[in-house]
Amino acid sequence: MRRWSGRWHLLLVPMSAVVMLPFVWLLLSSVMTQAELNRFPPAIWPESIDLGGYRTVVERSNFLRWFVNSIIVSGAIVVAQVVLCSMAGYAFARIRFAGSKLVLILVIATALIPFQLTVIPTFLIFNEAGLTDTLGALIVPQLASAVGIFLMTSFFQSFPKELEEAARIDGCSRVATFYRVVLPVARPALAALAVITFITAWNDLFWPLVAINSEDNYTVQVGLTTFQGQHRADWPAIMAGTVLTTLPVLAVFLFGQRRFVQALTGAVKG
Amino acid sequence: MSATALGATASQHRRQKDRRKLGENIAGWSFAGPATLVILGFSLIPMAWALALSFTDSDLMSPGRNVGLDNYRALLADPVFFQALRNTGLLLVLYIPSSLIAGLLVAVLLNRKVRGIGFYRTCFLVPYVVSATATGLLMGFVFDRDFGLVNGLLAKLGLPLQGLLSSPSQAMLVLTAIFFWTRFGFAVVIYLAAIQEISKEVLDAAAIDGAGAWARFRHIIVPSVRPMTIFLTVWGVIDALQFFDLVMTTTKGGPANATVTIVYYVWQLAFSFSTAGYGAAVAYALFAGTLVLIVAGLLLARRKGVTT
Repeated sequence: MRRWSGRWHLLLVPMSAVVMLPFVWLLLSSVMTQAELNRFPPAIWPESIDLGGYRTVVERSNFLRWFVNSIIVSGAIVVAQVVLCSMAGYAFARIRFAGSKLVLILVIATALIPFQLTVIPTFLIFNEAGLTDTLGALIVPQLASAVGIFLMTSFFQSFPKELEEAARIDGCSRVATFYRVVLPVARPALAALAVITFITAWNDLFWPLVAINSEDNYTVQVGLTTFQGQHRADWPAIMAGTVLTTLPVLAVFLFGQRRFVQALTGAVKG
Repeated sequence: MSATALGATASQHRRQKDRRKLGENIAGWSFAGPATLVILGFSLIPMAWALALSFTDSDLMSPGRNVGLDNYRALLADPVFFQALRNTGLLLVLYIPSSLIAGLLVAVLLNRKVRGIGFYRTCFLVPYVVSATATGLLMGFVFDRDFGLVNGLLAKLGLPLQGLLSSPSQAMLVLTAIFFWTRFGFAVVIYLAAIQEISKEVLDAAAIDGAGAWARFRHIIVPSVRPMTIFLTVWGVIDALQFFDLVMTTTKGGPANATVTIVYYVWQLAFSFSTAGYGAAVAYALFAGTLVLIVAGLLLARRKGVTT
């Protein structure tokens, strides 16, 4: 059993408190009144729970629409990455095909290319295709990722071969082996990939900001940036919008934390 | 006769092997092809295109004329570019060492059979998974000069109020601190995983031999997590160089360009000032600089690794 060693908590409790306090106050300020936040110094603790901020967000902005857009975009990206990256990772780890080593190195090296370098031409590509200002433009460039391929390749490399070999001897084709034998066992790795992909996709601001013009196609993150201008001084509304934007990602993180940490540390060790 | 039969089976064998190889190639490429196409298609093509663009005066909507090296020459005389370089450099110099040191120290603290280690790890990771947009809006208010919580607390304590995000000399430091707050949890998790791999016997043996806590930290833990330190440094450089969302949601580069980072500048040039060609040149200059920095750093790390 773990022993209670109190003195470490004397250090760790204040540290985690400092880290978490801004979020606690975010939650508190989202249920304050405008008067409480607009005076100086602002209130630390709300006198009563006031849902005016949330009402403004839901009733007087397109927030719900942006939220749905974000769910569509992140959902599509997660599904695509889980399918495409696991297939590619399996191929790079297991199938000996011409050019596989070189292509894998090339793919992983692209993780070093900063997005600001490729963003202008990427915008031009979608502009030529007439696809800017659509949700599709947000999904297509993220259908697969170098990090995802790297994660899945290192997972399949560490995965025992015997199972697949038995299936192959029994006459299963490559595709059937992959779907019936390999994928079910790879579920933890797929979950890790899904968690990390969702968080990245949901939080993305730069590309949606560039690719989307009309308010109807905003994601929550882009919509949130417009709050400052539109609800100037309505700080409870801005804080409420921030809380609502953060909830999904926080839920996925808390729910899939073990997988998330595995993905982070696995990516480094692999 | 037997010789031809032997030859026949040999060629049959070879054909079979060729067919199997072909089958593997088809299987491999059809499994890996789609993802590879997306990733290379959205990195190599735009990279080449950006290079071409950097030699033009494109305004984003039209292809523009070829202007040779004019954009790169203009860069050397552009005060905002150098300001952006300085701002980004300040972020790197402060953020990288502080996140490594804090990350390692907290990881060492957490690497005990402490009750609730999972809870602490969660706390340190939450700022990492919350979007920079949300963080920016929250912190924009916390560090606001006129209404913010920080100045509010300073007022209550009777201390002098600070300019914070409205002060040219403090704004970048405040943003760096916020960035540190969102990112050091990542270093904690990576270091913690590495420390947990160090065998307890080695540490115990060192302790029996009289090595104190500091000596064990300095001579066992620090060297064994070196690969993670290198990884975190490279990753941190890439991460910090892409610093954009927080600037966008707090200061928008102000006051007086005090928080314009390179990425923010590229974005402004291409998408609000309509000087995409020049923006591409700035992006390329940064990319080349980063590459040199990372390669030099890795070579240095390897050389040090050989000598020590």
